[in-house]
Amino acid sequence: MNWISNYVRPKINSLFSRREMPENLWTKCDECGTMLFHRELRETLNVCSNCGHHMTLVPRDRFISLFDGGVFTEVPVPPATPDPLNFRDGRRYAERMRSAQRDTGEAEAMLVAEGDIGRTPIVAAAQDFSFMAGSMGMYVGNAIIAAAERAVTLGRPLILFSAAGGARMQEGILSLMQMPRATVAVQMLKDARLPYIVVLTHPTTGGVTASYAMLGDIHIAEPGALICFAGPRVIEQTIREKLPEGFQRAEYLLEHGMLDRVAPRQDMREELITITRLLMGLSPEVKGELPAPAPPSAPETKPAADPQT
Amino acid sequence: MRGHIDAIGNPGAPMHTYLDFEKPLSEIEGKAEELRAMARSNAEMDVEREAAALDAKAQSLLASLYSDLTPWRKCQVARHPDRPHTSRYIADLFTDYTPLAGDRGFADDQAVLGGLARFNDRPVVVLGHEKGANTQGRLTHNFGMARPEGYRKAVRLMDLADRFSLPVVALVDTPGAYPGKGAEERGQSEAIARATEKCLSIGVPMVSVIVGEGGSGGAVALASGDRVAMLEHSVYSVISPEGCASILWKDAGKMREAAEALRLTAQDLATLGVIDRIIPEPVGGAQRAPEDTVASVGIAIAELLAELDGTEREALIAARRKRFLDMGANGLAA
Repeated sequence: MNWISNYVRPKINSLFSRREMPENLWTKCDECGTMLFHRELRETLNVCSNCGHHMTLVPRDRFISLFDGGVFTEVPVPPATPDPLNFRDGRRYAERMRSAQRDTGEAEAMLVAEGDIGRTPIVAAAQDFSFMAGSMGMYVGNAIIAAAERAVTLGRPLILFSAAGGARMQEGILSLMQMPRATVAVQMLKDARLPYIVVLTHPTTGGVTASYAMLGDIHIAEPGALICFAGPRVIEQTIREKLPEGFQRAEYLLEHGMLDRVAPRQDMREELITITRLLMGLSPEVKGELPAPAPPSAPETKPAADPQT
Repeated sequence: MRGHIDAIGNPGAPMHTYLDFEKPLSEIEGKAEELRAMARSNAEMDVEREAAALDAKAQSLLASLYSDLTPWRKCQVARHPDRPHTSRYIADLFTDYTPLAGDRGFADDQAVLGGLARFNDRPVVVLGHEKGANTQGRLTHNFGMARPEGYRKAVRLMDLADRFSLPVVALVDTPGAYPGKGAEERGQSEAIARATEKCLSIGVPMVSVIVGEGGSGGAVALASGDRVAMLEHSVYSVISPEGCASILWKDAGKMREAAEALRLTAQDLATLGVIDRIIPEPVGGAQRAPEDTVASVGIAIAELLAELDGTEREALIAARRKRFLDMGANGLAA
């Protein structure tokens, strides 16, 4: 016990650990306004305990809750040409990218991983709405292709969680070309007779809906998710009338035959395990407490440079 | 936003719709017309020399205006109401055209036309967005903005082509898919996705030509073929310049800046490797000489189809998929 260990070290530790603390312990539900405590939100997977509203869940958190024991290996995605059009509006696209990367700590708007869910090997891809509204550019296209190729190599189903404001305008025509590119990726899975399951989360719109998000073998949506091609505001401007309550929401799409199911986030994992095991011809899931899976080690099947545990 | 209608009142002369940047041109051409009209009512007057001088001036102005169109002006030209539309191309370039209708589920969407036809005597399937040539036509064809039924009709026609080994020729000219309540209810997204998927999976050659506006996903649905060509002053974009301006600039009036930034011209798309060929337009744009334009498009289609002839089904599909997988790897530096 001395001055160093009693005073300096705690001070230094607190300087470093301060960043680990959530900046806001309370989050306001954007639907009902209830203040929700961060620990409770982590437990409910960002679903409001008062009104059931499904708030954005970033890919990394989603994967931690999805994969057995929170263990998954990132599938590397080939980098895309940065700012291919040298685009600028008020701000440079390159700058917008940098600040999105700073804010989210992620490289881009999609994360791809492999791992087990209920002892069922899968590949998963999730779009990050907090990264430039999840918009689809070259990188997202590359990520979907990498995910499909990995699924085909390993003979696993691909589960894709969509969330996007649409195409990334700053990549112009190249963002539009991700519609056919991602469609080719889906065709790789279909040719290999592997299940492609889309989980549509809030919001899934524009060119994303009009390509890979609507080409799944199974479409499941989270409750209340906005799913559309043209957004409600554009439609209201075109037809000059108010749209009905719930228009373009998950339940409405289910009613109109565009989805197979609407499932709350807390049940999604079980749904996905049951469906993938049925489609892959596997025995029913063994329920109950199982030992945590071995940490990823073998480099030939786990090529990611930075395994996430 | 569209060019103002400034037709010069003379029953003998062709009526032109001038775009805003063509205003100086409309004045010169108007003067020449006026002179000729005066001469017609007064046989003594000889105005031909002066009128011819004005014509020459107009021609050189036209050539200089069109030699260096800004991206926004290209958008205006691409939307020009007098540009030849799909029906005109079908009528002039194809024989035995037999239109086929309906999506077999809900309706026949007139925003997408298509059917069986012969191209240089060879049986093909031709389809495309139709904008309509006059007010009535524009309403019938919904300004070329298709609903799900239009894309589902396209899927049907592409399936037909695939089963009977007929090449597909697609003409693209749409502001975008129709943003309406019913269209959304009936699965606009899914219909577009399925049409794109169909383009990418048929085992027959598919050539798409963007003859006017290639508006976003509504265009991709018919333009994901083996070869994609564009007319010189047509545009192809992820979003309209007005839409982009209102989202990124928060001001729809900044469409000139947005058009510039989006790189939506045929020239930029060729540099990016998104399209294979630019089809030259007559001086002053397709609307000035529709016949020549249609003929140039016909030659391009024939040449592009010839490039694909003799390729086996599987090789064709593999090459088409590779074309899209490799696309955009180098950006503008390509």
